[in-house]
Amino acid sequence: MTTNVYFDEIDIGDTLPEWSRTTGFMEWNRYAAINDEFVPFHMDDAAGRQAGNEQGAFGMGNLRYAYIVNALKQWIGDEAEIREVGCQYRAINQQGDLLTVTGTVLDKRVEDGEQRVYLEVNVKNQTGADTCPGHAIVVLPTR
Amino acid sequence: MTEAALTYVTEQMLQKKGVWGEDRTSPPVAASDIRRWAIATHWPEQPPPIYWDEAYARTTRWGGLVAPPDFNPFAWPVNRGTMRRTGIPAGKRPDGKPLQGMNGGQTDTYGEPMRPGDLITARTRLLDWEEKEGRLGHTLYTTTEIEWRNQRGALVRRRRAIGIRY
Repeated sequence: MTTNVYFDEIDIGDTLPEWSRTTGFMEWNRYAAINDEFVPFHMDDAAGRQAGNEQGAFGMGNLRYAYIVNALKQWIGDEAEIREVGCQYRAINQQGDLLTVTGTVLDKRVEDGEQRVYLEVNVKNQTGADTCPGHAIVVLPTR
Repeated sequence: MTEAALTYVTEQMLQKKGVWGEDRTSPPVAASDIRRWAIATHWPEQPPPIYWDEAYARTTRWGGLVAPPDFNPFAWPVNRGTMRRTGIPAGKRPDGKPLQGMNGGQTDTYGEPMRPGDLITARTRLLDWEEKEGRLGHTLYTTTEIEWRNQRGALVRRRRAIGIRY
């Protein structure tokens, strides 16, 4: 993976290639182990229900943020840069959810000497619910 | 005489608004921490080689391994008390129960990537807040800024995090 996309070839409305994961304890426990994020409602169904989620334990917002970063990185390749990613945590990530990162190019312009592409991003679940609406800015090379 | 309006804003918040807290420095970033971070966040698929294959990474513009932008060098502090995010206590609920907290989201602006051997220094300040009557009752939304710099003083990441307390 080197350069995948070039600034001059980007069009408004372009979309990110698909990036999906089915999530549950295998993913959440690994994330807890690297981020030291051992919160009872992410680890235990009874604790999840006590926190108000009838289906039990639920996933970390930070992991969905990582999925957005990973999808962007897969798209832009190693020679380009992610300059900014922001999102809001909305719908809960339930066990077994199929999460898909989506992204659409809204704008591109040269700013502060950088060729920046502005995107709307999201993490949608299998019902199409917006679990993590947000935005991103990537810096791309020209061919 | 009217009853004072409910607020979760404390005197400490008013005093600390806009004031940077003390610097905290991470343990050195290790290649193995980067590899494991990448494996966990890409599970069950293989992560990109820029995060674990030094020979490949040397062929890129970075000249070596870099960490994923979302990598957290502050995870796993030995001293559990001091390395955590500096939280400023908010007020109490009228029913006496402690406030519940939620992560509302964040915007991270990235500068230089983190690499093995880097020492990251963080500082935090409470920027602003807002109180609203929401679905969860009286709710306090705080905006906190967290800035990370590397050992050369270059900006690595600037986070604006939204905290929700109700």
